[in-house]
Amino acid sequence: MKKLITLNINGQEFDLAVSPRDLLVDVIRRKVGLTGTKKGCGQGDCGACTVLMDGRPILSCLTLAVACQGRRIQTIEGLSEGDKLHPIQESFVEHGAVQCGFCTPGMILSAKALLDRNPHPSEEEIKLGIAGNLCRCTGYKKIVESIAGAAEKMAEGEG
Amino acid sequence: MSVHDSWRVDAREKVTGQARFAADLHIPGQLIGKVWRSGQTHARIVSLDATEAKKIPGVVKIMLAGDMPAHTTWSTYPFLAQGRVLYQGDAVALVAAESEEAALAALAQMEAVYEALPPVLSLDEALEESAPILHNSYPDNRVANSHWPVRKGNIREGFEQSDLVLEREYRTSHVEHAYIEPEAVVVMTDWDGSLIIYGSTQNPFNTRRAVAAATGYPLNKVRVVQQAVGGSFGGKEESVGLLAGRASVLCLATGRPVKMTYSREESVIESSKRHPFRFRYKVGAKRDGRLMALQAELVDEGGAYNFQAQFMNWRACVHAAGVYHIPNVEIDVYAVHTNHVFGGAMRGYSSPQIIFAQESLMDELAAALGLEPLALRRLNFLREGDETITGQILHEPVNAEKVTLRALDLADYERKKEAYRRQDPDTRQVGGIGFATCFRGCGLGAEAPDATGAILSVQEDGSIVVRSSLTDMGQGLQTAHAQLVARELGVSPARIVSKPVDTSLVPEGGMTVASRGTYSGGKPILQAVARIKQILLHVAAQKLECSAGELAMANDCVFRREDPSQKLSFAEVASAAFWSGHSLSVTEWFQPGPLRWERETGQGEAFPSYTYSCVVAEVSVDRLTGKATVTKLVSVHDAGRVVHAGAASGQVYGGMAMGVGMALMEGLNFERGLVTSTNFDRYLIPTAADIPEAVFEFLPSDGNSGAAGAKSLGEATVEAVPAAVANALAAAGYRLRTLPALSESLLKRERG
Repeated sequence: MKKLITLNINGQEFDLAVSPRDLLVDVIRRKVGLTGTKKGCGQGDCGACTVLMDGRPILSCLTLAVACQGRRIQTIEGLSEGDKLHPIQESFVEHGAVQCGFCTPGMILSAKALLDRNPHPSEEEIKLGIAGNLCRCTGYKKIVESIAGAAEKMAEGEG
Repeated sequence: MSVHDSWRVDAREKVTGQARFAADLHIPGQLIGKVWRSGQTHARIVSLDATEAKKIPGVVKIMLAGDMPAHTTWSTYPFLAQGRVLYQGDAVALVAAESEEAALAALAQMEAVYEALPPVLSLDEALEESAPILHNSYPDNRVANSHWPVRKGNIREGFEQSDLVLEREYRTSHVEHAYIEPEAVVVMTDWDGSLIIYGSTQNPFNTRRAVAAATGYPLNKVRVVQQAVGGSFGGKEESVGLLAGRASVLCLATGRPVKMTYSREESVIESSKRHPFRFRYKVGAKRDGRLMALQAELVDEGGAYNFQAQFMNWRACVHAAGVYHIPNVEIDVYAVHTNHVFGGAMRGYSSPQIIFAQESLMDELAAALGLEPLALRRLNFLREGDETITGQILHEPVNAEKVTLRALDLADYERKKEAYRRQDPDTRQVGGIGFATCFRGCGLGAEAPDATGAILSVQEDGSIVVRSSLTDMGQGLQTAHAQLVARELGVSPARIVSKPVDTSLVPEGGMTVASRGTYSGGKPILQAVARIKQILLHVAAQKLECSAGELAMANDCVFRREDPSQKLSFAEVASAAFWSGHSLSVTEWFQPGPLRWERETGQGEAFPSYTYSCVVAEVSVDRLTGKATVTKLVSVHDAGRVVHAGAASGQVYGGMAMGVGMALMEGLNFERGLVTSTNFDRYLIPTAADIPEAVFEFLPSDGNSGAAGAKSLGEATVEAVPAAVANALAAAGYRLRTLPALSESLLKRERG
């Protein structure tokens, strides 16, 4: 039995017919067509499917789409404004924190959730903030530096 | 860090989610393909029944081995197993359905009856005389052509001349590549009947070969288009060939596009693993530390089928004695079959395992001789003009000692070593510092021709397209190639588009392996740049009424060296060249010189150049829990001249993390031949919280054979890390001869 739901993704409303068992990641990727959200393990271990729900990071491969009705969902596609990258995205580019790029969307969203709740994290706090996002290419170093750099950028932006 | 150090051709697309990986593609009308796997360790197929599965609504096609046009890839691996299954990942049926759900429902309805056969569950079992024979053509269970010997000097005399002889055995485990993107392909037919495969492939030409084998199509009717690849490290080679072959067969059988994406579990079960090794080393030395003889038997586990051991073991035999001068050597490397997942290429191609064994051995020998680890190594390091164990005279600069001294200096090794020696051994937390030095033959060497190609096209508006036959799988090769072009033509990188491989557009240029992407792959690019540059300068000289020799290219302009105000923009020159009928599209090919190799004795010129590396590790061990932590890594690499500092440093940090994983955490778990750690909850890889403080330096050197002076780097970054960690653990009191060094191993081990 399909169920009709409305999902608010990146500020836009989508009317969708989903099965009660459909996972948010599959609905976002297949039905909404936003493929920036990745599926790496299917059981919440790798973090590639991370999206923000009402500003908090969630694992969309462990979340039922029907449970997201009425919530604000943000995916990587909703982070930049037109051509203007979000400071975290900008910082990832500037610090060379991107290699294969598969973990990058989830990593950036975890970083955003971290900086939104803790604008001046220590290196340890950054590492813990992204400890649920696996990356096999970078050794995390430049990712951690990017997030620290983004925190500075965002603080300057406020000032 | 300058802009040129961190820019990357695909960074923007990757931070916005715009980069398209194979699983992101959706072709209208596509079917979902799935593989039904045996789940058996070793069994005879009694019967397979798809009757119920075919009744599931949405199921379009089910194929068994008998329905396949062909059965094996170029090696012995079957697209679908027939008669017998040799490990749990063996595919026995393929399903194509309208949806993922229908395909999975069909798999659940398939029925099979198997008769269990006696399995071979380890390399030791494979070698037993009474072991079951897995392949009738190889009754000793040895992988075909995997034996590579090295014979130098007189081993008997070498040991007779030795004052001390030490024998040790070391072992390593199955390591998973753990790229975060699981394998995926989408296959469709073009209007001319040819096949198009979009895939997450490290080696599109090998994927093409596999598809041709599976379908019987000629190569010119198979087009493989590489998508963004979410990491590979040697992994997306055979498994993607199998996947693409299966999807192509389903596509042709149904007349519909077919998409196949592996789950993480399937990826772990079917993709190749780093070969586990058993090393038996016997080394003889004079009392003063001079190495006199080395005898070694290196056995690696090839798994159920014959993939890469026959190639990899060649590299293994060349590097088996490390970066030392040893006059008498007898080395034998060979692989055996078991009923486990097959061994394949993984970053380092046997070197991380070998260096762990051989550099552990050096530390143990130093201790037995009463020498410092550094003193023993300095006495024996290869130097310029020395002969390697394969009889090759090293004519290029040999920087084993230099990288070691620099790394030890950066790590403050001597002071820390003394401090650790004075630590109270009874405190809960103990530490140690250790190091390992190694070399790496650059590119393919005598293993295979290191040839490859590239196409460079300048457009009439001055924009540039670079196409290499080699792939970017995340390491940044497209960026490095664009960097070479930008530098040589004096233009901004923004002008350049660097494309992934499309097998219908670039010449087949071999595999992107052996850290040869820049080292060899840069060569046809530079050759093409030189030709284009000649044309552009010729045209500009005509316009500026001077000779081409008076001109230079920089800042997106061509100008007279004597008077830079006399200049033309790059775009103006490109346009003028195009409209005057010059070719601005150049295909180039790099063909390396031949290398001599004698198989029976393992003597010859193995590689034209070598990268030298040293890694220093500091560890801390909780004596109560056995948990070891790497607290700091320092590495120094002589990689010649680095082309793109940002991408190169990314390789170093990534290699360090991968090495820490191999040293402390990673090893596949099996239960009666079945993998039990099939996802990241049980197969742990380092997270951001596991990463040590990391310091590195490149030691620049010249006089090598690489493109723009660049030597191999990607694999070199990981190779000495596990060995350095093992030696640091030993310094902390825990000499482990098997990796990974799990907490339970440390706890079991009496501190010595």
